[in-house]
Amino acid sequence: LLGPTYGTGSILENTTLEVLDFNLLPSSLNLEDKYGIYSNLLFKYFLAEGIVCGHNLFVASAKEDPADILKELPAPLSDDALKNQVDEKETAIKSKQESQESMKIAWRYQNLPRIEVNIPAASARFGHYYDVSKVVSPELLQSTKWHRFFLPEEMSLHPEIKTCNMTCGYTRLLQSIQRIIYQEGFDGSYPQKKQKNILRIGIQSLGSVLWGDDICCAHNPEDIYSLTKFLYVLRGLLRMSLSACIITMPAHLIQNKAIMERVTNLSDTVVGLESFIGSERETNPLYKDYQGLIHVHKIPQLNSLICDVSGTKDLAFRLKRKLFTIEVRETVFFHYLEPERWSKSYHLVL
Amino acid sequence: MRLYQNSLTAAKERGQLVFLEGLKSCFDVLFGEEQHVGQTNPLQFVSENGSNLKTMYEFVRTSLIASGSDSWKCPVLLVDDLSILLSLGVRPVDVLDFIHYCRVAVCSQLKGNIVVLVHSSDDSEDEENELVVNSLCHQSNLILWAEGLATGFCKDVHGQLKIIQKGSSELKAERNLLQIYQYKIQDKNVTFFARGMSAAVL
Repeated sequence: LLGPTYGTGSILENTTLEVLDFNLLPSSLNLEDKYGIYSNLLFKYFLAEGIVCGHNLFVASAKEDPADILKELPAPLSDDALKNQVDEKETAIKSKQESQESMKIAWRYQNLPRIEVNIPAASARFGHYYDVSKVVSPELLQSTKWHRFFLPEEMSLHPEIKTCNMTCGYTRLLQSIQRIIYQEGFDGSYPQKKQKNILRIGIQSLGSVLWGDDICCAHNPEDIYSLTKFLYVLRGLLRMSLSACIITMPAHLIQNKAIMERVTNLSDTVVGLESFIGSERETNPLYKDYQGLIHVHKIPQLNSLICDVSGTKDLAFRLKRKLFTIEVRETVFFHYLEPERWSKSYHLVL
Repeated sequence: MRLYQNSLTAAKERGQLVFLEGLKSCFDVLFGEEQHVGQTNPLQFVSENGSNLKTMYEFVRTSLIASGSDSWKCPVLLVDDLSILLSLGVRPVDVLDFIHYCRVAVCSQLKGNIVVLVHSSDDSEDEENELVVNSLCHQSNLILWAEGLATGFCKDVHGQLKIIQKGSSELKAERNLLQIYQYKIQDKNVTFFARGMSAAVL
């Protein structure tokens, strides 16, 4: 899950970060946390990254006006702010190390280098940083070319449509995406006048009742195939064009596990977010600095028939001041007096 | 894989390979212009909300018979991936019927082989899929089962391949032959080795 590849050192390990470029993967599915708070954040990060990279956006929602979603995207961190942020982190870790007792058993690690901080130039950087406490500037937003799909609006503008035996909302969405891909030339149907660009598609809360699907309310939904058909056709659209898509889905409301398995099979990447809000983990001291866990259900592996599961399974996320960070839980086996610690930060590149 | 990409394109050009790209055909069914009379898209069932794979079977049959008159022998039907059909609303019994018809055409009549890809897992709750998978396993002579390692992720061994070869005669109650290999996927190649014999270990 990641990189920019700086800030990789930790006092315990010297492993390379796995870098997962979401841009290569047409469809990525983000299973919503219970209140949709953090999945919405990742959704916004994906779109914000599109703005900073100069991509085109397509934002689809059944509950929120896409214009409002865009207004709330996080602002990119300037280089100075970035350096300060990283310096702060380094200071925090250094002081933490000093206050610890010197390790008794793990003495050999004590002399490993501390975190090195080199910030590469923005152009060379793979991925960017965002300040969640600020929203993106209207100027930056205005310079972005984007397309909207707001279901209530579509229903009133175009009451009659040709159905393809899928929930009406899905049919309209597919038609809209297909139209934009064709009209803007993302499928190479006619040469793009400017340099080739990528279309970043964001679909919010797919599967929820607002889309007209009852898959979240019934164990045996009326049209059980709507969602999977939608995903299949979407996959076809993505494969045939220069586009990538993030979808958030309220998986905790979908009772039919068979459907969730099929949904996973139809996606390239599947990440689940489990927030601690309202759960017993909220008060668990192990998780005191964190807001939730990340479950990586699927990462694609090129040239393979089966998907890959990342080596790191214990991932937690933390939203602190400006940054959303993902960290790995490591159990320090050999120093058993020390409680389980979290280390090895990852930075999510969307 | 890149290694074979050029040879596949060449094979397609000389008629040795017929490629039905489901994603594209489905797209054509839903967004394409009205089909001309006489031309039926193999994935027609998606727009008709049906479960009838007859047109798909006809496509397979006519594609293979067309090439039967040439010098190509022993046709192979590769299906990737059958589990998807269930996601598109096809009932398990219709999926199995399709495979049955294909077996008759490809294996019995044309003396060829069928290779089918399906997804499955031990703790799957997708009963329809498991039904299809179990039935296919029962009908198959050879099963290649790729899965991750039971012990978890390993960067030198990406997974394990079980090869189950059915005994040739059920009457003689010959045992199934089971072989297990582990593998590592590289850029243009896959290396297989006996369990515990990964290059990283030796």
